[in-house]
Amino acid sequence: MSLRLTATFLLALLAFPAAAGFDIGQLMSELAGNKGGRASFVEKRYIALLDKPVVATGEMSFTPPDRLEKRTLTPKPEILRLERDTLTIEREKQKLTIRLSNQPEALAFVDSIRGTLAGDRTALERNYALYLAGSHEKWTLTLLPSEPKIAALLQRITVSGNRSRILSIEYLQADGDRSVMTIEPIDAR
Amino acid sequence: MTRSAVRTLLLWLLAMLAGTAVVWNSRFSADMSFFLPAKPSAEQQVLVDQLKEGVVSRLLMVAIEGGDHGQRAALSRDLRAALMQRTEFVSVQNGEAAGQGHDREFLVDHRYLLSPSVTPSRFTVDGLRLAISDSIDRLASPAGMALKPLLPRDPTGELFALLGNLDAGTQPNRHDGTWASRDGERALLLLLTRAHGSDTDGQEKAIALVRNEFAAGAHSAGINSVRLQVSGPGLFATKARATIKEEVTRLSLISSAGIVILLFIAYRSLTVLALGLIPVTSGALAGIVAVSLAHGTVFGITVGFGTALIGEAVDYSIYYFLQSGQRGPAAWRERFWPTIRLGVMTSVCGFGALLFSGFPGLAQLGLYSITGLVTAALVTRYALPQLAPATLPLRDIAPVGRLLAGAVDRLQAWRWLALAAALAATALLFVRHGDLWTANLSVLSTVTKADAEIDMALRADIAPPDSRYLVVVNGADRESALQAAERAGQFLDPLVTAGLIGGYDSPVRFLPSQQTQAARIASLPSGEELRARLGEALAELPLRPEKLEGFIRDIEVSRRRVPLTRASLDGTGLALAVDSLLIERPLGWSVLLPLRPPGGDRGITIDPAAVRNVLAERGEGQLLFIDMKAEVDRLYGDYLGEAIRLSLAGLAAIVLLLAATLRSPQRLAGVLLPLLCAVVIVIAGLHIAGEKLHLLHLVGMLLIVAVGSNYALFFDRAGRHGQLDPQTLASMLVANLTTAVGFGTLALSTVPVLHAVGVTVGPGAILAMVLSALFAPRQTGSCGAR
Repeated sequence: MSLRLTATFLLALLAFPAAAGFDIGQLMSELAGNKGGRASFVEKRYIALLDKPVVATGEMSFTPPDRLEKRTLTPKPEILRLERDTLTIEREKQKLTIRLSNQPEALAFVDSIRGTLAGDRTALERNYALYLAGSHEKWTLTLLPSEPKIAALLQRITVSGNRSRILSIEYLQADGDRSVMTIEPIDAR
Repeated sequence: MTRSAVRTLLLWLLAMLAGTAVVWNSRFSADMSFFLPAKPSAEQQVLVDQLKEGVVSRLLMVAIEGGDHGQRAALSRDLRAALMQRTEFVSVQNGEAAGQGHDREFLVDHRYLLSPSVTPSRFTVDGLRLAISDSIDRLASPAGMALKPLLPRDPTGELFALLGNLDAGTQPNRHDGTWASRDGERALLLLLTRAHGSDTDGQEKAIALVRNEFAAGAHSAGINSVRLQVSGPGLFATKARATIKEEVTRLSLISSAGIVILLFIAYRSLTVLALGLIPVTSGALAGIVAVSLAHGTVFGITVGFGTALIGEAVDYSIYYFLQSGQRGPAAWRERFWPTIRLGVMTSVCGFGALLFSGFPGLAQLGLYSITGLVTAALVTRYALPQLAPATLPLRDIAPVGRLLAGAVDRLQAWRWLALAAALAATALLFVRHGDLWTANLSVLSTVTKADAEIDMALRADIAPPDSRYLVVVNGADRESALQAAERAGQFLDPLVTAGLIGGYDSPVRFLPSQQTQAARIASLPSGEELRARLGEALAELPLRPEKLEGFIRDIEVSRRRVPLTRASLDGTGLALAVDSLLIERPLGWSVLLPLRPPGGDRGITIDPAAVRNVLAERGEGQLLFIDMKAEVDRLYGDYLGEAIRLSLAGLAAIVLLLAATLRSPQRLAGVLLPLLCAVVIVIAGLHIAGEKLHLLHLVGMLLIVAVGSNYALFFDRAGRHGQLDPQTLASMLVANLTTAVGFGTLALSTVPVLHAVGVTVGPGAILAMVLSALFAPRQTGSCGAR
């Protein structure tokens, strides 16, 4: 716990100078201006048990304010669809539907992506403490779970980007495993 | 009293005592078996079993209202904790996760016996490589993350294969970790009683327990603004029983009081009144005795029907006293008994048709009525004359008769009006014949609208399993039934792949057949072999074999296991799942495989025709596919179709009997015309009054003819003999009124079966009498009214 406190403190220090020039409010309003669109992604999961990261690739699309679809193409096709309160995962002919209001932990997880994509500061601050570092051109937003239940699963989420574009999202799990997703927009036109 | 009178009285008393002894030892019931088919088809047998014993019939839905979120959640937790202690409940769910961890542990421990993927090829080098790389791929997905900690022990993903088949179904919303309604205003629980759905006492006890524990919990928490709602088949059953009990008592009292008052006005003598009740009580008792002996169980509704029967059975003694008053018993026997006897026989034809019904309730009503009427008539004919003193202190009712005769004479001028009414009624019924009848068994249910609404609301929030579509397979013993279920799975899996069904439940998920489990154990390699194969299989995978020692250890343990039996599941939630689907019957075992709709909670339903086609093609007739709702509808359709056939047969029997006795088409028409007119006018009247007509109204139509013929025959006899004396006419009025009171009282009932008969036959009996009088030949007035 004290380690996390220290980390929080350090992050707060790091974030402080940037806040003067470029603050969370500005970032959020910029992100909120996003019209949505499609992007390709590469997600690498670093798992202690495995010698090499597990790599997944695919496409994702976002339609503001709350529709998100993540289509994994390799190694196994999988569709993860988020629509308002419902999360559906389709994989190997199986379909799993989760109502997020019943699963606060899953909702917090989902809100971290969706809230960032939509620039919804209220949704993000419901479960996370936000710290921003960097500049308008190259920013890093760190989300630290404020709920103990979420903190038990997740140490932190780090989102980096350029202006209204999100370039990568990193999840650091409580057990030390992490996943890094890099995102490349696909030009709609 | 003469010696023969004493003998008769003693015999009668003995018979009554014997009858009382039988009734005393009879089993009375007010459950749904009244409605369940006597000779069910294979599909209906499944329906009957499910309604009586199935899990669905044992579910109770509970809602806690009032207070705030926190209070409701706390009370929900308290109630669950209290009820879990009780043996009356098999499971108590409110969204709290306790208990599931234990089941998961069991599944993990026995995964190599339970997972359908465990085959010899699974543990070859290629099989291992494929399964392990799949598991690794799965780690890339959020769906696979939960399985990550288990990967070193379960690299082939058997738990995933096991759980993947399990659809937890729709779960209600949660607040503070417990289930809540969609609007958040109620906390919800779902209980499974140990008592069967058909065990009304057990259900009543369970419901009382829930209420008491809740009240105690709310009291000790000091919360008094909360309320409890309970619904489910068990609640409906206990309420139905309470309603029937209460109404049978109340209606019998009303009807008896009405009849006794009528008789006292007519007789003005307590002695005669008491004597007059002898045939009726004999009849009512004999009816119950006959039903008890023939059926084993007497339905509460049958006893309630006695209310109406009293009204008709008392007629015979009324005729005896009021018609034999002046002339003496011998003359009465000669002059009136043949007419009364014919009346009894037509009634027997009408009620007798019900005897052949596959609807057990109707068959009982038929037997009860026939026995009751015949006994009452015989006691009137043979015992009453002996028991009654030679001279009866009766008042002369001829003046009433003369008044009546005059009224009839004047009214006969309006015959055409009655005919016109009957024609209009016929026309109306013809035009509206499409929407006269309700084609739904639920019209016979005693469930009130308010209760049904509460049930719907709770059902919408909790979404309990409804098992509407089932596949059923059978086996001589448990093992062969489980093997049959495994074969059925091979037919059902393609339906899941094709998207025709979303999935299915099966007991073999947690209790595979011994044969299958033995085959799975035999397919596990030894530790050494496995280690060698793993080395090869993992060569190109990012997982090193030394991390999988737990896997090798678990396989070694599993190789030494013996197949699971039903007893192995004791103490887990899986036992419940198996028991509800694997059912022992008198002749072997049955397995139920409930199908889930493809759309899950989206409300998309299964297309039964498509499923049936595919199963018929591949299932070689071993699989029985059942749509429970369609079965219920078909059951009612069968009952209705049968009731139509039986009513027509009863009518035909009455017509034949009358034709054979009267030996004149003209007289036959004279008797039947008023009866048929009464039937159409009553049915049209009920339709106009907005009454939903169903099977029992149809039976009521037959009973109008059966009961009404008694009066029509007196007019026919009078027509032939050229006179209907005032005493006879007055006796008919009294007899008709008692019948109308008897049946009419049933109209007050909220039990649809009784209400329908009452509301049809009560007015029908009066109308049959009035119309018979109107249509009688116009020389009624021997008393000089002409």
